[in-house]
Amino acid sequence: MNPVNYLYLAALLFTIGAAGVLIRRNAIIVFMCVELMLNACNLAFVTFSRMHGNLDGQIIAFFTMVVAAAEVVVGLAIIVTMFRSRHSASVDDANLMKL
Amino acid sequence: MSTFAAAASTTSTGEAFQFWVLAVVAVLGALGTVLSKKTVHSALCLAGTMIILAVFYLAQGAYFLGVVQIVVYTGAIMMLFLFVVMLVGITAADSLKETLKGQRWLAAGCGLGFGILLIAGIGNASLDTFAGLGQANAGGNVEGLARLIFTKYVWAFEITGALLITAVVGAMVLTHRERTEERSTQRELSIARVRAGTQVPPLPAPGVYARHNAVDVPGLLPDGTTSDLSVSATLRDRGQIRDVSNEALADLAELEQRSESWLERSAPEVTAPEEASK
Repeated sequence: MNPVNYLYLAALLFTIGAAGVLIRRNAIIVFMCVELMLNACNLAFVTFSRMHGNLDGQIIAFFTMVVAAAEVVVGLAIIVTMFRSRHSASVDDANLMKL
Repeated sequence: MSTFAAAASTTSTGEAFQFWVLAVVAVLGALGTVLSKKTVHSALCLAGTMIILAVFYLAQGAYFLGVVQIVVYTGAIMMLFLFVVMLVGITAADSLKETLKGQRWLAAGCGLGFGILLIAGIGNASLDTFAGLGQANAGGNVEGLARLIFTKYVWAFEITGALLITAVVGAMVLTHRERTEERSTQRELSIARVRAGTQVPPLPAPGVYARHNAVDVPGLLPDGTTSDLSVSATLRDRGQIRDVSNEALADLAELEQRSESWLERSAPEVTAPEEASK
């Protein structure tokens, strides 16, 4: 097996995550799909690191994890605030600025 | 073992076997995340996929990242997700009605096209050989990463600190609620209760049936009717009061009927059709 198979898996997971973001309307599940996409990118970075034989890819994956942690904290806080104000976690209900 | 070989083209058979087994599970987990109707199931599927990715990191020589993946993603981030699901998602039913006509099929088509594009792109790249991390990990994976973080990427690492502080402050600001008036004390509450005079003693306890003592089962008043006051106000507002009084009466009637037929007080051919019709 060639490590390029890991890249195929990462592409597949990224695609599933992207389709989930487009299809689902519960904000929490949309957010989980974003996490899935970030994880797929991390897998690709780690595989690239192995293919090139240096650790820079792993460093970038590490920074992605840090950014993902910060993003999750703020995103979930926004979801909780939205749920408090309109008692729904559906992304369709956030239409206050619509005419 | 060719640890220090410049380039190799295949991994070990064990790793290939592990990949093909776990990759299937990872894809199933990802599909479960997208397609599960319940948010909790989605979260658990995603946690499984993340653990498998951690195993892949370990298999690819990214030992530090493999452990960090488990600690940060499955440990911290997924638990945070589960917290919010418990806080929000359980009652927030995801309506499956399409608001935009044909949006789901269009989205699935876009996803399919995007996936074909990505996979064809990887397939066209010439990636026959790979260098392997034997040389880079020779002095230890953690040491190698530390050397890079604190020299080449030190600026990005410091910016990361600012990002984390911003995220913490942002989360606190977003979820903080300012009280507009002072919280009334227990003494003030009791005085108000006596002044109002509607319900001075404590509220009745829920569930006084022999077979049901759950909190969503209302207690019985002396006249046999149920008391809605005995159920928590939250459950009352949600309409989640479970009335089992009729059930209990039916059970009792059935018991009496059975004991009567046991004692042969009534003819068995009268009771038999009734039981068949149930």
